[in-house]
Amino acid sequence: MSVPARDNVPTLDSAAVRESLPLGGTKVAPFPKVQALSVATTRTRPRGARLLKLARTVAGEVVPPLIPLLVLLGVWELLCAGPDAALPPPSRVLADTWELITDPFYDRGGLDKGLFWHLLASLQRVLLGYSLAAVGGVAVGTLIGQSQWAMRSLDPLFQVLRTVPPLAWLPLALAAFKSGEPSAIFVIFITAVWPIVINTAVGIRNIPEDYRNVARVLQLNPLEYAVKIMIPAAAPYIFTGLRIGIGLSWLAIVAAEMLIGGVGIGFFIWDAWNSSLISDIIVALIYVGIIGFFLDRSVALVGVLVTRGTATS
Amino acid sequence: MASAYLSIEQVGKSFTRGGSTTQVLADIDLKVGRGEYISIIGHSGCGKSTLLNIVAGLTPVSTGAVLLDNSEVNAPGPDRAVVFQNHSLLPWLTVYDNVRLAVDKVFRGRKSAAERHDWTMHNLDLVQMAHARTRRPSEISGGMKQRVGIARALAMEPKVLLLDEPFGALDALTRAHLQDSVMQIHASLGNTVMMITHDVDEAVLLSDRIVMMTNGPAARIGEILDVPLARPRERLDLVADPTYLRCRAAVLKFLYERHRLVEAA
Ligand SMILES: Nc1ncnc2c1ncn2[C@@H]1O[C@H](COP(=O)(O)OP(=O)(O)O)[C@@H](O)[C@H]1O
Ligand SMILES: [Mg+2]
Repeated sequence: MSVPARDNVPTLDSAAVRESLPLGGTKVAPFPKVQALSVATTRTRPRGARLLKLARTVAGEVVPPLIPLLVLLGVWELLCAGPDAALPPPSRVLADTWELITDPFYDRGGLDKGLFWHLLASLQRVLLGYSLAAVGGVAVGTLIGQSQWAMRSLDPLFQVLRTVPPLAWLPLALAAFKSGEPSAIFVIFITAVWPIVINTAVGIRNIPEDYRNVARVLQLNPLEYAVKIMIPAAAPYIFTGLRIGIGLSWLAIVAAEMLIGGVGIGFFIWDAWNSSLISDIIVALIYVGIIGFFLDRSVALVGVLVTRGTATS
Repeated sequence: MASAYLSIEQVGKSFTRGGSTTQVLADIDLKVGRGEYISIIGHSGCGKSTLLNIVAGLTPVSTGAVLLDNSEVNAPGPDRAVVFQNHSLLPWLTVYDNVRLAVDKVFRGRKSAAERHDWTMHNLDLVQMAHARTRRPSEISGGMKQRVGIARALAMEPKVLLLDEPFGALDALTRAHLQDSVMQIHASLGNTVMMITHDVDEAVLLSDRIVMMTNGPAARIGEILDVPLARPRERLDLVADPTYLRCRAAVLKFLYERHRLVEAA
């Protein structure tokens, strides 16, 4: 699963946002009868055959991703086996970092804490900055999506701003806030907000004329329209933006923390580099990747639950 | 004919797009009596939907006016319920919730929650869709979606029911079933109906009068045909009925002899 690329952010004029992420896979199973049928057939099968089938699915799902992983570890082990290799092989990494892996909760005061505390601090920053971006981005995107004129005038600005690398905002933020913590949160916010604004605006603009007509015939007031029609109709687009946003936030926090210091996984990595603890860096990277994966998946999952039935009509 | 319930008076409509103005409708004059079933037939693009949307209040008139029950129509409202060609159910709501949304909005303050539930179920029953109330639009067939769309419109207790090619996208068998359902509902509730169609048989089978429109631009009402067939009508009995055949021939003549659609090259 790759982190969604920035290129996935569509322009306001592109209607193809939903294709940019597999969120479109929120299809409701259209064949409940077939499902019921297959359940019935498995039920009538003998137990042994069922176990065999289960084993087969597990093998099919688990084994394929394991193979390249093992190959990768093997090649890495071979390449870095020599005494003067620049990087440690996997076996050395495991030996060096056993304490780090097995005791993520230690806290010896100051910055000397287990990985759990560093990751927690990073996650807190991300969640704060990302929440602000989600609320602000959806609100601004909704306003912009209502007006053709606002879209035309603001789109070029947003398209330029969204290409500014997250870290480029940091000095400006430090100058403005005069402190590391709010600056890091601002960097998260400013990184995540553009895809959310843009996707929300596109989603609002693409609400089918028919739904608007239904609302007009029913004489829904603006609040009812927003709650009953606008938000559900735009939800698949909004969640595409939210999902791109969470990926970018996690990318940005590690870099930002390297510069601002304090507790956080970014600083942990930078500190390990300064102390030449290469094995620690590798373990931290693995954690960063896994958490990034889960952040992406959880936003996608919420999206699937919320937009159930919206993607197809 | 009884006094006009719905009255379309000298309605004209032009659209301005990119600096150029095209007149779509001109001098449309039509009186519809209470409980009457009117069909509007004409070639594609002549302005049938535009006329229906004007009556619905979704599109403003350029000239003239529409009066319903002696008050002027100038905004959409639930007293003119529309069944759109592509059903336009909200895909995130179940069949029940799609109808309930309309019921809640129209009868809030007038009916209790229990009464609104009963009314929703009653209307789903009318179109034989109560069994699918928990399904979402994506899980039911095109014909079923149209039924739910009709239930939603009926549930508003509209003064006029506006149908824009309601069966256009359906196969012949499903269409026949739905036509029968609509005839039954019309017979029992006595709704005033204005239906757009491009199907000659459908128009003759369902209508009291057929309004035939000339081709655009600036389409007008070319002719209005009375369909003096007794109700209830049975499609099988009508196959060889002389009145039916005469009406059918008249509409076909109008459409394919006198106002043949000349394709712009
Ligand atoms: N909003 C609009 N702006 C400009 N032209 C329109 C608009 N709506 C309809 N028209 C034009 O009006 C004509 C009649 O359209 P319509 O009423 O949809 O026809 P029909 O329903 O009979 O097929 C068409 O030529 C169409 O291009
Ligand atoms: Mg039309």
